[in-house]
Amino acid sequence: MTGGYGGVDILNNCGIEVNQGEISVVVGPNGAGKSTAMKAMLGMITLKSGEVILNGKDISGLTPEDRVAQGIAFVPQTMNIFSELTVEENLEMGAFLRNDNINKTIEDVYKLFPILKDKKNQLAGELSGGQRQQVAVGRALMTKPSVLMLDEPTAGVSPIVMDELFDRIIEIKNTGVAIIIVEQNAKQALSIADFGYVLVGGKNKFTGKGSELLNNPEVRKAFLGG
Amino acid sequence: MENFDILNALILLANFVIVPAISYGSQLAIAALGITIVYAVLRFSNFAHGDLMSFGTMTAILFTWLFQSLGITGGVLPTALIALPFAIVVTALLCLLIDKSVYRFYRKQKSHAVVFMIVSVGVMFILNATVRFIIGPNDRTFFDGEKFLIRALDFKASTGLEEGLTIKSTQLITVIVAIITMLLLFYFLQKTKMGKAMRAYSNNEDLALLSGINPDRVVMITWIIVGALATIAGVLYGLDKSFKPFTYFQLLLPMFAAAIVGGIGNPIGAVVGGYIIAFSEIMLTYAYKKFFIYLLPEHLEPSGLTQFLSTDYKFAISFIILVIVLIIRPTGVFRGKTI
Repeated sequence: MTGGYGGVDILNNCGIEVNQGEISVVVGPNGAGKSTAMKAMLGMITLKSGEVILNGKDISGLTPEDRVAQGIAFVPQTMNIFSELTVEENLEMGAFLRNDNINKTIEDVYKLFPILKDKKNQLAGELSGGQRQQVAVGRALMTKPSVLMLDEPTAGVSPIVMDELFDRIIEIKNTGVAIIIVEQNAKQALSIADFGYVLVGGKNKFTGKGSELLNNPEVRKAFLGG
Repeated sequence: MENFDILNALILLANFVIVPAISYGSQLAIAALGITIVYAVLRFSNFAHGDLMSFGTMTAILFTWLFQSLGITGGVLPTALIALPFAIVVTALLCLLIDKSVYRFYRKQKSHAVVFMIVSVGVMFILNATVRFIIGPNDRTFFDGEKFLIRALDFKASTGLEEGLTIKSTQLITVIVAIITMLLLFYFLQKTKMGKAMRAYSNNEDLALLSGINPDRVVMITWIIVGALATIAGVLYGLDKSFKPFTYFQLLLPMFAAAIVGGIGNPIGAVVGGYIIAFSEIMLTYAYKKFFIYLLPEHLEPSGLTQFLSTDYKFAISFIILVIVLIIRPTGVFRGKTI
């Protein structure tokens, strides 16, 4: 993929891949193009060259809404919930494109995040940071996506909540969803990753299995603080 | 006799303050709902709302005349109530036309809210001129049917009190139609998928797009609702008082005051704000002399009118309340969006 905003290319020929039931983690320094790569996959910026392929189908020409309908779900880093809607309404809005019965999916989300069931009639904006992230992930799961993309899901939440959130993400992965995570907390994220990408200057600097990257001395030195 | 004095005083107050304020407040509430919904979903202050109301009312009057000429009337009810649904359809179509030809261009440009506001002033002038061109600038009464629910004379005769209570049928119609409108609107916003999508779009536009909510649909439905609300508010006001295009333009101030006092962008706030403005306007311009004469012993009776402000200043009251609210609590009584 190559592209960016306006004239400057932020992405230079980088590639990210994920398989069903696996987690790919994208790490890298600030300005490396991590979030941009995600926006490109979602269709929020147009690529100069390269393509986005979902289940063998080229979806590069589709609008973000159409890609959502095709099975991509995205949890933005900020503003990722409808703060003035209740928890349950947030989930219903996630399923806006579906015309079948969504109650089963709502129950599945409540099973994954039991606390949301207790708070289902509360405004999402009144919840704690960790619970908001659960609402955000739950909303994205409502389309029953084949690929779930998370942009820094642990930004601004406490370490305990972060561990819990990663556990839940692994549970989601085990249901067969492909997951792409962009993370600042590189160490924890890589430890749950099946595959990792280290992005620098919009290029794949290192790629490999999560554990390999964690043990790679160069990666450790540059990004994981030794 | 003492008891009768208190009763007389209360009837006096009901007749000149409470009943008129409830009906005026209901009209303001429906009007303010239209303003607040444009603000919440389309994110701009729609200065054309007053003239949209005037256009809707004009359409209702034209339909009323048509029905009357065909011999169709509402019997004891005003014929305008039969004309109302037709007027709503025409006004909603006009809203969609204006959006397609004017606002959509600025939406594509992602123009600033101030630009939208100025554009709406332009739309206001065009609507204003169109209405005057079609129906003329004069005062028109289009009410027919039974005028009074309770007449002052009948009331006096049946109760034996000195003060009479008048309730016009338009006042009752206003309250009933307003309640039905509000219930339908709140049901739509809270319970239906499209209503929730509208609130979601208003709350977080980007996430709404990510959820697959079609912005064009949301905008379309918003304008249909706004057209309906404007027509209902305009017809109720026109039935109760009379229809004069300039009056509707003047209503902009109390309408915006109502929306902002309640918390702009918040529908419940718009309703509450409507009543706050109506009650303040009427209570502060009413001359309480007679009221006090009933209640106070003779030597304490006021010599003046005991009127806080002359009725000429009624628009100043909306303005003062608006300023006070913006200084003390800019988000309004109910948590609206800060402007």
